[in-house]
Amino acid sequence: MEKLNIMLVGVGGQGTLLASRVLGTVALKMQFDVKVSEVHGMSQRGGSVVTYVKLGKKVYSPLIEKGEADIIISFEQLEALRWIEFLKDDGKLIINEQRIDPMPVIIGKAKYPEAIISKIKENYKNTVSVDALSIAKECGNTKAVNIVLLGVMAKATDISKEVWLEAMKEVIPQKVLEINLKAFEEGYKFG
Amino acid sequence: MDGGNKMKKLMLGNEAVARGAYEAGVTVATAYPGTPSTEITENIAKYDEIYSEWSPNEKVALEVAIGSSIAGARSICSMKHVGMNVAADPLFTVSYTGVSGGLVVMVADDPGMHSSQNEQDSRFYARASKVPMLEPSDSQECKDYVKEAFDISEKFDTPVIVRLSTRIAHSQSAVEVGERVDYKLKDYRKDFNKYVMMPAMARRRHIEVEKRMAALREFSDTTPLNSIEWGSKDVGVITSGIAYQYAREAFGDVSYLKLGMIFPVPDKLIADFAKEVKILYVIEELEPFFENQIKKMGIAVIGKEYLSVMGELSAQIIKEKILGEINEIDNPINEIVPVRPPVMCPGCPHRGMYYVLKKLKLNVSGDIGCYTLGALAPTESMDTCICMGASVSMAHGMEKARGKEFGKKTVAVIGDSTFIHSGITGLIDIVYNKGISTVIILDNSITGMTGHQHNPTTGYTIKGEPTKQVDLEKLARAVGIDRVRIADPFNIKEFEKVVREEIQAEEPSVIISQRPCVLLKHVKLEPVLKINKDKCKKCKMCMSVGCPAIVDKGESIEVNETLCVGCKLCTKVCNFDAFEKAGDINGKA
Repeated sequence: MEKLNIMLVGVGGQGTLLASRVLGTVALKMQFDVKVSEVHGMSQRGGSVVTYVKLGKKVYSPLIEKGEADIIISFEQLEALRWIEFLKDDGKLIINEQRIDPMPVIIGKAKYPEAIISKIKENYKNTVSVDALSIAKECGNTKAVNIVLLGVMAKATDISKEVWLEAMKEVIPQKVLEINLKAFEEGYKFG
Repeated sequence: MDGGNKMKKLMLGNEAVARGAYEAGVTVATAYPGTPSTEITENIAKYDEIYSEWSPNEKVALEVAIGSSIAGARSICSMKHVGMNVAADPLFTVSYTGVSGGLVVMVADDPGMHSSQNEQDSRFYARASKVPMLEPSDSQECKDYVKEAFDISEKFDTPVIVRLSTRIAHSQSAVEVGERVDYKLKDYRKDFNKYVMMPAMARRRHIEVEKRMAALREFSDTTPLNSIEWGSKDVGVITSGIAYQYAREAFGDVSYLKLGMIFPVPDKLIADFAKEVKILYVIEELEPFFENQIKKMGIAVIGKEYLSVMGELSAQIIKEKILGEINEIDNPINEIVPVRPPVMCPGCPHRGMYYVLKKLKLNVSGDIGCYTLGALAPTESMDTCICMGASVSMAHGMEKARGKEFGKKTVAVIGDSTFIHSGITGLIDIVYNKGISTVIILDNSITGMTGHQHNPTTGYTIKGEPTKQVDLEKLARAVGIDRVRIADPFNIKEFEKVVREEIQAEEPSVIISQRPCVLLKHVKLEPVLKINKDKCKKCKMCMSVGCPAIVDKGESIEVNETLCVGCKLCTKVCNFDAFEKAGDINGKA
């Protein structure tokens, strides 16, 4: 593996920032140069959010362009559709099956597209969908959705599981670590 | 850290700035929170060796840092780009006095306006105030340049501005950490010729400023902050900051003059570089700041005739606009993707207030914070938003333009922190100049939008230590407001009654809308709600509060259990008692 471009897309407040922190730490442990670019502020209030994680020998721009992502983790269905053109043709897409209606849909000014996952699967063969919310619930906290998805993704890379576990122990606060390690395991099993 | 990169840590640009300040021996750090600069001072607050504070606004923050610098300490003050407008008054004069202990001003621009009301280019402040400016291009440089800025500050007796942009401030990359220098406080020296800026002294200091500028121009030509990376000489690129990273990726192996000191620019170095390359591009975000200076030197460059002065750049934009390489990838799935604008959180106290303002069809003079989202659908009940504190003074201006009857249909809405920042002065204006405006202070016990910082109304310092708390009610009374009411925005009936009474009054009033931000840790969330389909008449009254957790599924109205926090605002507008507890989705009934 020479370089790896990963995008985390979702809805502000879903925990993309913590997941990207773990990813960045993994990259450093693997001796990669790494850049993680994220959005703070207004869009974190329920808006569409994207985090770019780029690993390589030397990383310049922190942004990933259309058609350049090796992996996209989408925390929500509609967001997968919004960012899908950033995925390489043979790139891996992990979609959380959760649906969060945006305000224009809620107030009836727009329609939430039907059957997003199957439409994406027709075009991108390397797509897996996962009910991360149910898995997180079983692990004891719905907030662990982010780490479940990270677990699914970790399985898809050739980075050893130990490195991921070490990174999580460094980044995740002690009092929620246990639940998150469990969430990672479940995600990893699924992946 | 374990693993291979023993010395390296992954840091946000802002976190690296904090580390740089620590390693430079800084002992005083001040700021008012503002995206994308906030995490600088949040991270500085973690160092016990540094006194840090959230100041009421950027002007105060900079003045505290100036005082501390003159008193001999290395000092740092951080703000977002628009904060520099507030701090501009002391900035322009501390340029004249110079410093004792090093003084660094951090300013974070927001090209693309991810979280801002304009995309002004703060580089012009450096030129206008004659203060040198540095600009890092990744987290490592954030740390290194801050340390360098302190050396420059003391060597040239000047404040130094370090400029970040959103993609530098909020990108993480590897940083090698070092030791903190043992910086000794400089002696406090009374010197009114240097530090008292009255006309006679200021005229003499201006001469020093011009001498300093000449010395800095020479320095800019020789400092390693400005460096050339030779590649193919067919193309030369002059660039700085994040634009350097985009350019490197877009152009590949060409020659680069990377500017780390962006004011004053290195004239000689630029001229020498220009001579060596066949075509010269200037790649910079926002205004043609370098480009115009280089053109003025008589050097032909290509820049803004291809690149926009609006928004962020990217490697892709440079490839398309300059190299003609179009990325033709399109979304293969033919669907309209609805936009997802930010919304007030489920359980947000502002929602109850906006429900009432909308119902009463009031004119609403707005301000800066989470509650600015009240301007968007479905609330759509905020008419204006200009800058911090403007809601209060603008409501007054509206009344003076259109008369008292209009004033009685108008309110100002402003958050607790924003009110302290610069709303209080507008309120004094209303009292002094016989206005009748009604000002609603949204007291949610925290500075919300920037991610929960304490402020003078919360009773805690940046380090979480208990402190005196500004009493908003007493404050309003002290400046001459006789009608001060406190109301819970989730008690909709009572809140509406209070608003109706106060807008009718022939004198100014303040309503303190009091309920803590739902994201605060001490706020206890109630069990999630669901809709009893037998009771629900689908009248959609609950939808009128505009909660993202209540969704119209066509056949039925439903609550999204992962979003609901059980705030029960919806139950107060439902006439059919259709909401009931659904139990905790995390299993705790």
